[in-house]
Amino acid sequence: MVLTLAFRNLFHDRIRLAVTLVGILFSIVLVAVQLGLYLGSSRMITSNIDHSDGDLWVTTFGAKSFEDGGLLLRNGERHQALATPGVASVVPMVVAFAEWRKPSGGSTRVVVIGTDPEDGGLAPWSLIKGTWEDVRAPNGIAVDRTYLKELDIEGVGSTAQIATGRIRVKALTDGVRSFTQSPYVYMPINRARQLLGAPTDATTFYLVKVAPGADVEQVRKDLKSRLETAEVLTKAEFRDRSLTQWLFRTGAGVALIGGAFLGVLVGTVIVAQTLYSSTKDHLNEFATLRALGSSSGYIHKVILGQAGLSAVIGYVLGMIIALAAVLASHDTPLPLVMTPWLAAVLFAVTLFMCAISALSAIMKVIKIDPAMVFNR
Amino acid sequence: MTGEPVLEAIDVVKELGSGAGKVMALKGVTVALRPGELTLLMGPSGSGKTTLLSILGCILTPTSGSVRVDGQLTTGLPAEKLAMFRRDHIGFIFQSYNLFPTLSALENVRIALDVRGEKGFKAAARAEEVLRDVGLGHRLKYHPGNMSGGEQQRVAVARAIATSPSVVLADEPTAALDTENGHAVMALLARIAKEQNRSVLVVTHDPRTLPYADRVVRIEDGRIVGEERRPDGLDAPEITDLTKRRKAHV
Repeated sequence: MVLTLAFRNLFHDRIRLAVTLVGILFSIVLVAVQLGLYLGSSRMITSNIDHSDGDLWVTTFGAKSFEDGGLLLRNGERHQALATPGVASVVPMVVAFAEWRKPSGGSTRVVVIGTDPEDGGLAPWSLIKGTWEDVRAPNGIAVDRTYLKELDIEGVGSTAQIATGRIRVKALTDGVRSFTQSPYVYMPINRARQLLGAPTDATTFYLVKVAPGADVEQVRKDLKSRLETAEVLTKAEFRDRSLTQWLFRTGAGVALIGGAFLGVLVGTVIVAQTLYSSTKDHLNEFATLRALGSSSGYIHKVILGQAGLSAVIGYVLGMIIALAAVLASHDTPLPLVMTPWLAAVLFAVTLFMCAISALSAIMKVIKIDPAMVFNR
Repeated sequence: MTGEPVLEAIDVVKELGSGAGKVMALKGVTVALRPGELTLLMGPSGSGKTTLLSILGCILTPTSGSVRVDGQLTTGLPAEKLAMFRRDHIGFIFQSYNLFPTLSALENVRIALDVRGEKGFKAAARAEEVLRDVGLGHRLKYHPGNMSGGEQQRVAVARAIATSPSVVLADEPTAALDTENGHAVMALLARIAKEQNRSVLVVTHDPRTLPYADRVVRIEDGRIVGEERRPDGLDAPEITDLTKRRKAHV
């Protein structure tokens, strides 16, 4: 009967219900968009790190992110790393911004990623056209299909120029986007060095693979003591550092999280206001329940039931809109991400928001005097 | 007299308000309700009828004096304990029915059982049984807005007796009803007192209720000023009529 009464109270005044649902819906969609953008951004920032196979990353001191390593490491560091006990392999990688000259004039910035997957380096993923073998052909590169227009090319077979060298698109990825909005361009490491005009052993990162059975933390300590001019980071540390750089030092993440918080706040206020006015309208009924001998807990359950039902209906409607927004944003520069985890968090946020909103209504009925039933 | 009191108030004093606005609504009231009796509490407006009803119903607590329900002292109990007493021992009927407009007749009765923790099919069957008993078997699914005042008050009566309380307290149950429905409700209350051996107290101004009373208690200015009892063996004609009609219907 608690849920029946909650449901009937809720649906008794359809306009108020609509206002409540709009409040929740607004809140859910705003939070979903903000957190979806946050997740999408995080994924873009860390995607290359996540797809790499190394246990440890050797970087120059103070490298703030994947795109910020410079080309300062040399073969010396590589040999020192290879001589460290417990190290199975040390694979170089080049990452640097470069100028992409468009075929019809003008230029844009790209991030050149030089890698040798056959040696255990990063391999471009989500390939929809072509293979890494195709990319290894002379002048071959791989780019994401969503950047074709921006790069002024049509697809596989198109040619352009990076810095002073000619390149030809040999493979396309799908959904490998860059947070900096400078497209990633994958190619073999030696071609990258050549295009960038860097020495033949210039390196941005070394991906270190630890031998089976070796203690990663111990290997890291040993590497640190040997490589005085470099930093040795775990994969998780490098991810966190990149996220901190792009999301928090730039303020983008704070704005996204702030927007989500604002969404929860606005939703809570709207739902609290409508639940309070609903409770006020049904005060005589709650007083009657109290006169009939119901515990205060029973009445609280009715109010929380109203809040819970509002939350479930609002969540379902909000998620439909949020998922539509996720689909619509797929090919945009900043795609929204929705994961089961985020959906669960959103549901928890909705329930929490509605439970908090119910507090003002519960405070109202706590003071209810059952004697008021005789005064009508 | 028909047995030991099920509800007893002794020397009850109730002060309402505070400071200069303080009013002594009850000035030492002693009253006892016995099973099988329908008692009318009559008095002019402001005489303290509703305040006494609220105290007897464990809704208000007296400033001094004591109240016993089914032999248990309720004075000084906290609000949650008083609520427990109400749901286990007392049924209420209100002047304005106080039904839940969004619930059907059946659900309005079920909710009184639900607050006692009686749920499911058994509670639904019990609610239906009492609604049929008050002559509303054909209105189970109706909402209060689609029922006459008399029918709504009968739903309220069914709700009050569904939990089998030893005491039923009614506040002006005929005030909002026309003559025919007023008589029907009073006949129903009298039958509940007699057939179910409950103690029924009706607060009223309405002289039409007098024929149904076993006892009339008069209150004025916060004091009991008189009590009349109907001689034993004399039945109210309406009760007899109702019984005959039910038998004829069967």
